[in-house]
Amino acid sequence: MRGTGALIVRDLRLALRLGGGGGIGVAFFVLAVVLIPLGVGQEGAVLARIAGGVLWIAALLAALLSLDRIFQADFEDGSLDQLMLSPLALEQVVLGKAAAHWVTTGLPMTLIAPVLGLMLNLPSAVLPALVIGMALGTPALSLIGAVGAAITVGVRRGGLLLSILVLPLYIPSLIFGARAVERALTGLSPWPVLMIGAGLTLFCAALAPFAAAAALRINAR
Amino acid sequence: MDLSLENLSCRRAGRLIFSDLGFRIDAGQAAALRGPNGVGKSTLLRQLAGLIPVAGGDAMLGEVSLAQDRQAFQERIAYAGHLDAVKPALTVAENLALWAGINGSEADPEKALARFGLDAIADRPAAQCSAGQKKRLGLARLLVTDRPLWLLDEPTVSLDAEAVGLITGLVADHVGAGGLALIATHVDLGLRDMPVLELSPPGAAAAEQADPFLEGAWL
Repeated sequence: MRGTGALIVRDLRLALRLGGGGGIGVAFFVLAVVLIPLGVGQEGAVLARIAGGVLWIAALLAALLSLDRIFQADFEDGSLDQLMLSPLALEQVVLGKAAAHWVTTGLPMTLIAPVLGLMLNLPSAVLPALVIGMALGTPALSLIGAVGAAITVGVRRGGLLLSILVLPLYIPSLIFGARAVERALTGLSPWPVLMIGAGLTLFCAALAPFAAAAALRINAR
Repeated sequence: MDLSLENLSCRRAGRLIFSDLGFRIDAGQAAALRGPNGVGKSTLLRQLAGLIPVAGGDAMLGEVSLAQDRQAFQERIAYAGHLDAVKPALTVAENLALWAGINGSEADPEKALARFGLDAIADRPAAQCSAGQKKRLGLARLLVTDRPLWLLDEPTVSLDAEAVGLITGLVADHVGAGGLALIATHVDLGLRDMPVLELSPPGAAAAEQADPFLEGAWL
């Protein structure tokens, strides 16, 4: 446990240092959402209706941006070899790195989402569904992304390949996240959909570490 | 504890790198791994570190078998390869302290830094270090890992004469305390009674028979 903690601290520190790109995902998220009213026009009813989908699509793309950071640098400088020899199980390493990725992308996006939601004219009664949905759903983005990043770790500049691999797998998270906002907007209870989203995240948490660790072992050969 | 290689073989992408390797290192011994470029020295060290699967035969470290129980074998290995695993964005001291934390080592990172002459630049970002300083920092990790078998891949590259002496002293201390080491190197480290494992390229016949598809390289 202590080793996993040290790994998460290390990844967070690296993400926040110069060139770590820790804030890039959130900055992209904010910019992408701010562009929407400029493109769609400022008619309140239209914005509110598309807000859930817009926020979730922007979140998916922002999470994608920083995925290659999860393993690529460690693979290239030999750190990954050392992590494989460390007392941590490789599955633990994957889980720790996905957690660090979430703290630098999913968590800040979740925190800033209500502000952007207000900007898109979402009624404040709907904001809890948005925030809870993102808090429950975005960890799945980091976990699925870790699998994609592990598979493409040996590919130089594999960012594009990674996007193509991972985006289709993000579809369920997108559907349930956006649908929760939509249900709240139309006066239905968002909870059934939120629960499915949470189940999805748990499913990914159980499976992704094993898949990513297997991919990393093959790439280390 | 001793290390014995029993008919160890290795394939990469279906190509036979070496086969039927037999060798033995007793506790308290450091062995040299020699051979021309491209013969598979680094591959053998990576295989012993459990990073490349065993294609045939086995390596035994005490009672632990590499082929049967890779995880337990890996927990007895410290590996220093060509890559230093140094993060340029972190300072020298942070780099080492984080590895000590991940490895759960009780050893004092500051002592390891001092031993490698890095204490004066402990607060400097590793990005500003020279190649030799990064190499030292990579090797300093050995002291915060506490493993019996050291696998060193050309540890003297980009080091000055003084630092090479330092490595020699370090390995001598390690084996003196009952540890083992296998060191791929082209220079004479000046360690006494060092057994030598000489790798030579596999014969043409052995290389011929390897068909990547039939041999299941895709597995």
